[in-house]
Amino acid sequence: MSDYNFAYLDEQTKRMIRRAILKGLAVPGYQVPFASREMPMPYGWGTGGVQVSAATLTPEDTLKVIDQGADDTTNAVSIRKFFENTAGVATTEETEKASVIQTRHRIPEAELSEDQILVYQVPIPEPLRFLEPRETETRKMHALQEYGLMHVKLYEDISQHGAIATSYAYPVKVAGRYVTDPSPIPKFDNPKMNMAAIQLFGAGREQRIYAVPPYTEVVSLDFEDFPFEASKADHPCDLCAAEDSYLDEVILDDAGNRMFVCSDTDYCRSRRDAGHMGRLSEEAA
Amino acid sequence: MTPLLQVKNLAKMYGARIGCTDVSFDLYPGEVMGIVGESGSGKSTLLNSMAGHLTPDRGEVIFDTRADGPVDTVTMSEPARRMLGRTDWAFVHQHARDGLRMSVSAGGNIGERLMAVGDRNYGNIRARAADWLGRVEIAESRIDDRPSAFSGGMQQRLQIARNLVTGPRLVFMDEPTGGLDVSVQARLLDLLRNLVREMGLSAIIVTHDLAVVRLLADRLMVMKDGRVVETGLTDQVLDDPQHAYTQLLVSSVLQV
Ligand SMILES: Nc1ncnc2c1ncn2[C@@H]1O[C@H](COP(=O)(O)OP(=O)(O)O)[C@@H](O)[C@H]1O
Ligand SMILES: [Mg+2]
Ligand SMILES: [Zn+2]
Repeated sequence: MSDYNFAYLDEQTKRMIRRAILKGLAVPGYQVPFASREMPMPYGWGTGGVQVSAATLTPEDTLKVIDQGADDTTNAVSIRKFFENTAGVATTEETEKASVIQTRHRIPEAELSEDQILVYQVPIPEPLRFLEPRETETRKMHALQEYGLMHVKLYEDISQHGAIATSYAYPVKVAGRYVTDPSPIPKFDNPKMNMAAIQLFGAGREQRIYAVPPYTEVVSLDFEDFPFEASKADHPCDLCAAEDSYLDEVILDDAGNRMFVCSDTDYCRSRRDAGHMGRLSEEAA
Repeated sequence: MTPLLQVKNLAKMYGARIGCTDVSFDLYPGEVMGIVGESGSGKSTLLNSMAGHLTPDRGEVIFDTRADGPVDTVTMSEPARRMLGRTDWAFVHQHARDGLRMSVSAGGNIGERLMAVGDRNYGNIRARAADWLGRVEIAESRIDDRPSAFSGGMQQRLQIARNLVTGPRLVFMDEPTGGLDVSVQARLLDLLRNLVREMGLSAIIVTHDLAVVRLLADRLMVMKDGRVVETGLTDQVLDDPQHAYTQLLVSSVLQV
């Protein structure tokens, strides 16, 4: 342990953030303003998520941090280290063993349970920003549920690409009320947002926190004749043969050989440990 | 017959300065009212106060709503007023950029009001957008182009299509032909006149151009210094103006 207060932030700041979180849980999908603090890392590194995690962690918690599904990227490693140093909490790479999971760009493949909290790092919390830059106006649109504009964005997608091309940060409606940005997760993950765990979203630079309580209905917006599809690359994982996981494409050599592997590194490893083998298992072993 | 719109003693101040004051009139279904007057006479202030873009200081703007009959829109809830603004009311701005989304395709611009009232069928939205492009004489092949690629006249016609697609019962227009070349103006006026006739539109048109009201308006209100100084049937007012100011206005046009 170090000289820091538990989890870096002072108790008053954590209380302020917890109030914002509770308000967010009470009004699912609504963006609650909060006084974001300077953190000892740049904004792009998920200071919103870090502050939410700091206000959420207790000494008994076990923390997992992923970036694009992986535990071992620079971003994930540095955030995990940060909380090891400032909070002294246990950390893990195993989804099932974590009580708090901070994530950027993915939802773990393993189904989350009621005693887990998923904390998302959010760059731009306002889903209407693309078409309406004025904050006064977007706030009014949320208040009055004027969400036609969201469909204009999807209409533009179809008219330009023949299908809804939005594949990340695909807008959802939470609890039949607020249109919400799920953060830049692939749309493949959207259906998983109907989950047993608590979902908390923190945007540091934009100073917003929002939340989805357990078992809350989360619907991806679409058209009758262009329904939402949780698409992914049409391959099994080349290492663990999983057919149901989100895949990253990896270029292997200059000859254009490539492989598809689970973006969720813990999921892939646990399947391989259980004896599942993919197309390239021997070579990789 | 119940008037579609009843304006009673409407006033809007800018601090101590009068924007418009003591304005009262009725508009009946299918009627086109023209509001004329020189620059600064309060036409836009009056139009925006009626359309809910400005909050009037006094007076009532009673609209014959589909659901509840005549209701004062000044005191109705903001959600209800905004709902009117994208269903039964339409507003055509002088500058097309104020009334269009420049970063959204022509089809998306026309489709927005349909989506705003809950249309969730892409094929249907697109078909209606294509139909409306045709009705305002824009080639259907331009449906995926952004309005920034359109000429001023086309932008204005697109704005009209975007407004009329949901079949509004009342259209507010502020200098719809202002800022356009004369030949472009003539074509737009022609188009507006046909749409007004075909759809039986009720409209309130603000302009400083008497030729516009001569073509489009059944009745006329003449404004000066924020007040209505003369009102009557368009031909009567233009051919036999009673108020000295109207006489001046008409004669200055005749000199052109
Ligand atoms: N936002 C404003 N603030 C202060 N005065 C204004 C404002 N808008 C208009 N006015 C004044 O109100 C009067 C009526 O203006 P306006 O309604 O724009 O006239 P018109 O449309 O007939 O040219 C003018 O004296 C104008 O200077
Ligand atoms: Mg004006
Ligand atoms: Zn795998």
